[in-house]
Formats: sequence, C-alpha cells, structure tokens
Amino acid sequence: MTWFTFLVDNLLCRCLGISITVWFTLLFFCTIVPAVLGVSFGMRRLYMATLLKIFEVSTMSNFYNSIQIKFFFSALLIEDIIAKEPSSSLLQEFQELRGSASCLSSEPEFELADIFYFCRRGMETIVDDDVTKRFSAQELQNWNLLTRSNNNFRHISLRLTVLWGLGVLIRYGVLLPLRVTLAVTGISLLLVLTFLVAFLPNRELRSYLSEKVHLMCYRICVRALTAIITYHNRENKPQNGGICVANHTTPIDVIILANDGCYSLVGQVHGGLMGMIQRAMVRSSPHIWFERSEVKDRHLVAKRLGDHVADKTKQPILIFPEGTCINNTSVMMFKKGSFEIGCTVYPVAIKYDPRFGDAFWNSSKFGMVNYLLRMMSSWAIVCSVWYLPPMNREEGEDAVQFANRVKAAIAAQGGLVDLIWDGGLKRAKVKDAFKEEQQKLYSKVLVGEMDQNQSDDKHSQDDNPEDANNRN
Amino acid sequence: MGSRASTLLREEEIEEIKKETGFSHSQITRLYSRFTSLDKGENGTLSREDFQRIPELAINPLGDRIINAFFPEGEDQVNFRGFMRTLAHFRPIEDNEKNKNYSGDFIAFRLYDLDRDDKISRDELLQVLRMMVGVNISDEQLGSIADRTIQEADTNGDNSISFNEFIKVLEKVDVEQKMSIRFLH
Repeated sequence: MTWFTFLVDNLLCRCLGISITVWFTLLFFCTIVPAVLGVSFGMRRLYMATLLKIFEVSTMSNFYNSIQIKFFFSALLIEDIIAKEPSSSLLQEFQELRGSASCLSSEPEFELADIFYFCRRGMETIVDDDVTKRFSAQELQNWNLLTRSNNNFRHISLRLTVLWGLGVLIRYGVLLPLRVTLAVTGISLLLVLTFLVAFLPNRELRSYLSEKVHLMCYRICVRALTAIITYHNRENKPQNGGICVANHTTPIDVIILANDGCYSLVGQVHGGLMGMIQRAMVRSSPHIWFERSEVKDRHLVAKRLGDHVADKTKQPILIFPEGTCINNTSVMMFKKGSFEIGCTVYPVAIKYDPRFGDAFWNSSKFGMVNYLLRMMSSWAIVCSVWYLPPMNREEGEDAVQFANRVKAAIAAQGGLVDLIWDGGLKRAKVKDAFKEEQQKLYSKVLVGEMDQNQSDDKHSQDDNPEDANNRN
Repeated sequence: MGSRASTLLREEEIEEIKKETGFSHSQITRLYSRFTSLDKGENGTLSREDFQRIPELAINPLGDRIINAFFPEGEDQVNFRGFMRTLAHFRPIEDNEKNKNYSGDFIAFRLYDLDRDDKISRDELLQVLRMMVGVNISDEQLGSIADRTIQEADTNGDNSISFNEFIKVLEKVDVEQKMSIRFLH
C-alpha cells in the first residue's frame, strides 16, 4: 500500500505547487502590476457591488440596494435615544423658566426651581452626550456580516449564520493572506527602492523617481487594504508651498491621501518598523519628523513647518489638526498651530462608508497591529475624498477663527457634525474654565448686569474659556 | 472581544425593569447600550469616574450632585437597575400614572438635600447656591438669598424646607415640562 500513499502524496504536492503558482501569478498580474503602472481594472468596484447584493439578499433590507456611496448616513446608523432641543442659551432658558421678560432686576431673584435647568441638562448628557460617542465606532442599523459590528442584532437566522460562516472563511482564508502578502510586498519595496533612489546624484531625477516610487508603494498598500477610494474635485489638489489639512479617523488616512499625490508627513520619530519606514522615506523626500522632546517646543515646530512651506520645491505638508482619531461622524476642534504659519491651506474631507468595515482606530481598545489585522479582515475600506478649494487667512481673522472656518467647510462637505469640543477629551479632563463660564452666566441671571462689575474685580483669573482651551 | 448589549441583558430582566420603570423594551435596550459604553471597566457597574468622563456633565455646575443622585447611600457603584430607576424619574408620565416615587421634583429635592435627612437646611441651600454661582457672588448676598428663600417656603417654622413645602413652592412651575426628558420610541 505504500506506493499508493506515495502516489497520493506526490499528487497532493503537485496540486499544492500548482495552486500556489496560479495564486501568485494572479496576484502579480491582477494587483501588483496595475499598482506599479497606476492603472485599475475595476475589480474592486465589482467586488463592492457583489457584496452589496449579498448584503441585500441576506438581510432583506432595502437600503443596501444602492451602489453609490450615500454620504449622509443618518439613515444607516441607529437613531438617537432622546430628542434634544436646539440648544438655547442659559439666559433664554431661565427666562422661560421664570416666565418673566427681564432678568435685569437689582434684587437677586432666586427660585428653588432654578435647579431644574441644570438637573435636566445633566441628565440629558448622561443619556446621550455629543462627545464621548465620537470616540468609539459607529453603530449600524443593519448587520454587515461582521461579528465586530454585531451589537444589537438578536435574531440571527440559520441563513444568516451560514452566510456569516462563509464570510469568515473567505475573509480569513482568502482575503487576509492575500492582503498581508501585498502589504509586506508594498513595504519592502518602499524600503528597498527609496534606499536605492537616495544614491542618485542628480537632485531632479531623484525627486522625480522618489515621487514615482512613493506613489507606486502607496498604490500597493491601498490594494493591500482593498480600499476603494473616490476622489472628488481633483482640480483643487494641494500644491507645493501649502498645507493640506484633513479630518482624522485612522492612520490609514495617510495612505488614502498619499495614493493620489505626494505629501510631506509630519510626526514623531518612532522606533522599530515604523522608525525604519520613516528613515527610509526621509532619505528620498523631505518629511518632517520630530524627536519626542522637540514636540513640546511650539516655536521649533512652527519654524520647521514654516521653512518647509517657504521652499516652493517641496511638497505640501499633510497635517491632521484634530490631533487624534475621531470616529468619522464629526469634526472636532482644530488646533491652531498649523493655521498660524500663514500659508495657503488646502482642506480635504474624508468620509468612510461604514457598511464594508469601520475604519476608525480606537487606540484605547486596539494596538496598531491588532487594528491593521482587523482592517485587513474586513470586507473592504470604502471612502470618498473631497478636495476643497484652497483657503487663506483673511484680514482681521485670527488663527482660531480661521481654523474654525476651515473646520466648518470640511464638516459641511463630508456630512459631519461640526463640534467645538477638543479631541483631546478622549484622554484628558475638560478644563474648569467652561464650568466657570456657566457659573458666571447663572450669576448674571441671579443678580443682573450691574452687580457683575463689582464681583469681577474680585477675580484672580479672568480667563476667557476659548483662550484657555486653545492655550494647550 | 466585547460581548455586547443584548447578550448580557436577559429577557426577564428587561420585563422586570419595564414593569418597575415604565420604559419600553427598545428604550431599555438602547439605554443598556449607553450604560455599557459608559462602563469603561466592563464590570457591569458605573463608578463616579465613569460619569465624570462625560465632558458636558463635567462642566455642569451641579454635575457632582447629579452624579450623586444615582448612587444609593454610601455606595460607590451603581448597576443597571439603579441607573434605570434614577432615569425613570425623568420619563414624561401620563396623568393617570402619576406616582410620587418617580417624579422629577423628587430628584431635585435630593440635589439640595445632601445628607438625605428629608430637610433642606440653610447650609445645604447655601452649598448648592455656591456651586451654581461659583465665585461671582459674595457670601453676604448669597446668605440673604438663602434666608429669603427659606422664609418664603417654610410654613412650619423649623427654618428648613421639607419635601412637602418644596412641592408647594413648585406648584406654579410646570414640573413635567421642565424636568422631563423626551425619550424617543
């Protein structure tokens, strides 16, 4: 019988060998070659259309039947818990509560019922607040066959379970190894080629080739994530000598933007693999990496950015002014540093489609490697990028107002909520100055404007909460 | 991996909470979602720090007192039942359901009455006033405000405000409208 097992073994090995060869050939021709040349066969969009059909069939839900990416996703996400009134000022609310037209009497008017305002407001924020929900992934109304998005879906039929099982097999058995291979290829190519390009003596040739190399490697990385990106308004693409600002959802934002143009990145120097990639990149094109100690020194940062921008041969700088990852439902406060430099700002809005895989990086829940694995085992990463017309700081506008104007434009284009809260609240406590402002307002209700001036003198610090917030 | 809301909340529990508080099934599951998202320690209870992590609550002058209203006497953790019981006070109720145990003014009274002796003393009133106005009003003015308020409300002359006296003062305010939260579906 041994000759039989030997034959079977031989056959198996042959089959394995052939399938691996076929696999790699397909891989090479269908993904890497197009990436190198910069052409697209449209396979990813076909894949996306097929997936949508499957979702529709499996969950029998209507809203999956559109292929266009609808970017005002309120219908996709679960509804609010409470109906919030449009926010009226503290003064207005108390006028209503008191039922009187004027609050400017000289006698302090206190009512036991005043407490209702603060109590109700407080309770409303406990049930549903604007800030904490931005730091965790959005919840979908219908299931997209990924366990990680399965929050409230209690009735999972047999059919759905089978589909889900198939999905797991395909995602982890076929797609994940494919994507990991591509990612490894992309990164190694980047390291090797930038190393080689750096040796060229001719500066122009070097920058031309480095651009090509960077674009090629980013295209491979995009295919490694199965990212399906639609770029809008490419005539507004950032030019040399400017700063590109975008809303931040994930580190993948960089790959998505760099797929379409060359940018200089700004960031902290890391160790390990990231550090190696950083050093490789900076050899052939001018990126700005800061040592950890230098990050705190705002003048140094501003100077280096300013110098880079002044040199018109250098690529535009890519900056994410929020400073941290937000879950792509809103845009939070833009730090004013990049808006003080005084050059042209090119705003970019990025909006992800959560149906195929949520791209948000919850850094308190997942490390980088875990996150990348999740990304590579989702269905796909689908997003739209809008290049907005360039903006300049106007006369009489300070950096904060300019930042807010840019933020409003990005929020409007991407269908995101425009918030004034600081993204740093993910980890840090809110400043006391805001509470003091509320107290001040209520005191005005009690004693009116006149006595306010007297008690103002007693203040040791007369902070304007906006300034206090931006001073960090 | 995080096993989420519906798997941890059993049907019997939902029914019990529904009977006790009057919330609907979907409201209870949504609120449970919210409870778990606030529960960073993932141990099924909320601590005071979990509440203080909400920025809009942290800037509320009475934030700490409101958080206190959730915690039973002397305890540091509140479970989902306790969470729902406190929120039930803010559900708009129909006239035929009027129940003194679940009403907004009960919580409001609790915000004033720190030591839970069922009386609002002058000191307690001063404390709450100080929290609401910060450093903007002098001690003397605040003292006279407190005195006048107690004078107006106190009917039995014990220099403090009991729950019944409190309710009487609030009669002219539409408590339902001012204190209730509009829960959807």
